[in-house]
Amino acid sequence: MTSLAGNWVQIHNIVLAPEERPNTLPAETRAVPLEMRVKGWQVTDSAEIGDQVSIRTVLGREQTGKLIAVNPEYGHDFGRVIPELLAAGDELVAMMRDIPKER
Amino acid sequence: MTKTDYASVMARKGDIMLSSLGIDYGPFMAHPVMFDYEALMGLVPYDIEQIRQVQASAGVGRTAMIELRQITRLARKLAPKGKGARIFVKDEAANPSGSYKARRAALSLHHAEQAGFKGVVTATSGNYGAAVASQAARRGLDCVVVQEVFDSHGIGQPEILEKGRACEIYGAEVAQLSVGPELFYSFLRVLEETGFFNASLYTPFAIAGVEPLGFEIVEQMQEATGAAPDVVICTHAGGGNLTGTARGLRKAGADQTRIIGASVDLTGLHMASDTDFNRKHFTTGHTGFGIPFAGWPDRTDVPRNAARVLRYMDRYLLLKQGEVFYMTEALARLEGLERGPAGNVSLAAAFALSQQMDADQTIVVQETEYAGAGKQPSAQLSFARDRGIEIFRGDCEAEKPGQNVIIPDKPERLRVRDVDMNKLRRGLVKKAVAMVKPADRDDRLLEFLAEETRLSHAEVSALI
Repeated sequence: MTSLAGNWVQIHNIVLAPEERPNTLPAETRAVPLEMRVKGWQVTDSAEIGDQVSIRTVLGREQTGKLIAVNPEYGHDFGRVIPELLAAGDELVAMMRDIPKER
Repeated sequence: MTKTDYASVMARKGDIMLSSLGIDYGPFMAHPVMFDYEALMGLVPYDIEQIRQVQASAGVGRTAMIELRQITRLARKLAPKGKGARIFVKDEAANPSGSYKARRAALSLHHAEQAGFKGVVTATSGNYGAAVASQAARRGLDCVVVQEVFDSHGIGQPEILEKGRACEIYGAEVAQLSVGPELFYSFLRVLEETGFFNASLYTPFAIAGVEPLGFEIVEQMQEATGAAPDVVICTHAGGGNLTGTARGLRKAGADQTRIIGASVDLTGLHMASDTDFNRKHFTTGHTGFGIPFAGWPDRTDVPRNAARVLRYMDRYLLLKQGEVFYMTEALARLEGLERGPAGNVSLAAAFALSQQMDADQTIVVQETEYAGAGKQPSAQLSFARDRGIEIFRGDCEAEKPGQNVIIPDKPERLRVRDVDMNKLRRGLVKKAVAMVKPADRDDRLLEFLAEETRLSHAEVSALI
């Protein structure tokens, strides 16, 4: 996929390679790099996913990194009903019907 | 050229922090442990009325106090006769960015503006980032948020993704990082690159900004019940919420109100673990922050932390994840209020505690937060279930963080569990004493540590 200058994109950088990370970290964290993702307007004329590109962030700061997405989705949502919680709610409502209302 | 590798930047952290705060911490760093706490708070050149004016002009504060009559009725049904304190909640979700954090951001950014900074930077996992971004937008300041979002597979839990989106909608540049405490390194680099203000959660401004919340609680409870509340419960993580609220309560004259902290119990999950990161179903208000910050506040992005909970906290309670999700459901179904996670930790504590208190007493849950996509139990628990976390009904006491979430099978299951405050207090004293040369362990140190922990002089003396 070709992405052109002016697209709203996301870039990726390795901030610290595993060997640069403090040895006080848990092993599973130290086994992987510290990564950073930033979004901005693409400055590079034309690029493919995986290419190094320049972007201008919303504040106008220029940054470079590997192009990983064009206008990425937020993606998070409301999930699905949790039946265990819905049932708990139903029980509470039923329980309240048995309690006299206070003045 | 200035070196930007990890060791070089971390070696400059003292200078970077000082130049980015607009506060002279020098007088408070002369001794390894002791400093004049009230003088530090005194760096805020406004009284509480002026702070309220600054906040009101930024659309912050004066939120509603809502009595939770149905939840109180339920507590009374379960409680022994004559027990069941009235439960109220301060609806902080009504602040501009959807949480009480707007109070902290409003005063911090007012200070940044006064000090001539053109922009602000904050390192936060959540609501505070949105609050800083929102207040920056109102003031025409640039804003960078440095946020821990993803694990090494690029996966973030819904609540964190929502908090990052909120920062972006207010125009912030968001640096989204994978798991690791070296976030602080990235944060320092942004401060150096931009010369912006460090909108830390832990400056005197960020704490004084919460004081009006405590002050309003007293005013509103006096109007509603004729007296200050008997108990105020604050969800506790870094300590600013409880510290600022407690100071505001005292300034309003409520010196009999008991101040209780509440956190979600995530014992066993490591905060810096890439694999545990997405097995926590709460992103703040949990023991991963609450316990270390209570026991040693000076572990932040400022030289001296203005949030010092052991000076104010009377009791510290832990809740299970399942209990908090259960009360979130109860709040929606019985009170018609859908609110985000943070305040519901305190609400679960209030429900259990109410049953031990007299029916003519009162409890205030001092915050709510907004409930956008990603923040609901449905979002967080769907994510958890997809990742193999077991969710079932039963006795929450058996809950194992990172493995399961046990939704109470009946409301009687909710209970209070005390953290041993004396252990936290003694731990702080011991650590502090170890930082002072034996010859310098004098009466002034003893006095300071007694104030810091509210242990008696005799107890501190025994530890020295």
